[in-house]
Amino acid sequence: MSDTPLFKVTIDNITVEVPAGTTILNAARKIGGDVAPPAMCYYSKLQGSGGKCRTCLVEVSKGSEKDPRPMPKLVASCRTTVMDGMEVKNITSPKVLDARAGVVEFLLLNHPLDCPICDQAGECHLQDLSYEHGAEGTRYEFQRRTFKKHDLGPYIQLHMTRCILCYRCVFTADQLTQKREHGVLDRGDHAEIATHIEKSLENDFIGNVIDVCPVGALTDKTFRFKNRVWFLKPMDAHRDCPNCCGKVTLWNRGDEVFRVTARKDEWGEVENTEDGKTAWICNTCRFEKKKTSDWVIEGPRLISRQSVISQGHYAGKIGTTKPHETFSAVHAGRSPKLLMDIHSVSEVNKPEVHLSLIEGPAHSTDFNTKKD
Amino acid sequence: MPVNKNKNMQALTNRAKEVNRKPMSFMESLYLPAIFKGMAITFSHIFKKQPTIQYPEQKRPFSPVFRGLHVLNRDEEGREKCTACGLCAVACPAEAITMEAAERLPGEENKYREEKYAAKYEINMLRCIFCGLCEEACPKDAIYLSETFAPANFTRKGFIYGKPDLLIPDPKTDPEGYEKAKGRNEPTTADN
Repeated sequence: MSDTPLFKVTIDNITVEVPAGTTILNAARKIGGDVAPPAMCYYSKLQGSGGKCRTCLVEVSKGSEKDPRPMPKLVASCRTTVMDGMEVKNITSPKVLDARAGVVEFLLLNHPLDCPICDQAGECHLQDLSYEHGAEGTRYEFQRRTFKKHDLGPYIQLHMTRCILCYRCVFTADQLTQKREHGVLDRGDHAEIATHIEKSLENDFIGNVIDVCPVGALTDKTFRFKNRVWFLKPMDAHRDCPNCCGKVTLWNRGDEVFRVTARKDEWGEVENTEDGKTAWICNTCRFEKKKTSDWVIEGPRLISRQSVISQGHYAGKIGTTKPHETFSAVHAGRSPKLLMDIHSVSEVNKPEVHLSLIEGPAHSTDFNTKKD
Repeated sequence: MPVNKNKNMQALTNRAKEVNRKPMSFMESLYLPAIFKGMAITFSHIFKKQPTIQYPEQKRPFSPVFRGLHVLNRDEEGREKCTACGLCAVACPAEAITMEAAERLPGEENKYREEKYAAKYEINMLRCIFCGLCEEACPKDAIYLSETFAPANFTRKGFIYGKPDLLIPDPKTDPEGYEKAKGRNEPTTADN
């Protein structure tokens, strides 16, 4: 590290010094904020990712100090390393913004836009990207691609129509699990994420493909349709896990743990632990430990104020304290006579029913048995 | 010595009037002319058009933007449109809407339009302020506010509206009930 020379690079008129070999994207992330180009396929924690989605295109207006010619075309910032004295334009270049709007349109070309159904809605990178850079309507008039449904087992739900073929999940399976069992089959328009012959993905650590997926193509089947992310309160928690670091984010509603994910940083990537390793979590932590008693809760997770997740005003007070009834405390233990207990009427959120403990999504059968 | 504040202070409006403290004249102290003058005004109103109507026998037409009871809509094939996306609940300023979602089973395609649907959907009409933000938030045109009132009730329990109360009748099997639930074109008997 010490013998690599530091390169000065100017991105959107902000100069930063980075070691040689850093990509433009990582240099921009070092500055942070709006300067960092969006990335759908690049994932800094996965070797070899990037270069596929083209959302991180930037304009290089000055190649380097020695060769100040601009690069003739927009370059993918996740794959282009910086040179000394390089000048890069991201949001200051209308060319880049125009190209990015085009890329978003291409990404959405075959996207079913079923956000009301999709479990990823609210934390979807494609949703954010299209809100920031996309057009209001679509110009596509043809049938969107459809796929034969693939069952990936009890843990992971695949929605191939939503996939943007970023290959992140393929790299994750390669680099984290013992054996990769899924991949991208076929070519071009027919390319799809699948196992060769119906196989369920059950390798340990395979659950991380859910966190890595930038869209709703791979989602948690144990959380499927259980709740919307913005009604849950994210809490940092840990447990003593023999397989992984055990540091996770719990997505609670009341005392129920609806979902367990890895902790994500501001770029939507899995955070590093204190010792510098990436905090991937194992399947047991992610899918099996759905009780608050399994976890040591550290406190509420900080969520961006702009995020819809911070809208969750149903979750009660964010934090570990529960709302309490003040009436009986004030009236010497007497309970109010005219207060209606909402659970005596309401069919929703019954205290004795725990949706989070149902395996897989709830069905009409789950709700019918409840009435008896 | 007390200062007359009114003289020094600037009036906030020009509507303030000096109180007339002159003693009543003879005609005024008789009172009767003023009483007859008032009675004449009252009598003249008998011949004017009545602004009141005899509710509930007579009903006024609703304004086209009237926001009444919620209705969960079906599509033209009678399938429920709601997918339990939760946008109405997050948009609701009164936090009146709650729901629980479920996955559609094979064989239920004729009941629910999408793969995911609201197995439980509840609006607390005690909390609802009829602002119509749920209607605006809905991406599937599934919820809208009809032109009907929430009826009065003796207990609070009657104001928790579940899916059976909210769901519009199937337009294929019960077209009359479907039209009635929308509340449009209700016969109005008021003249205006």
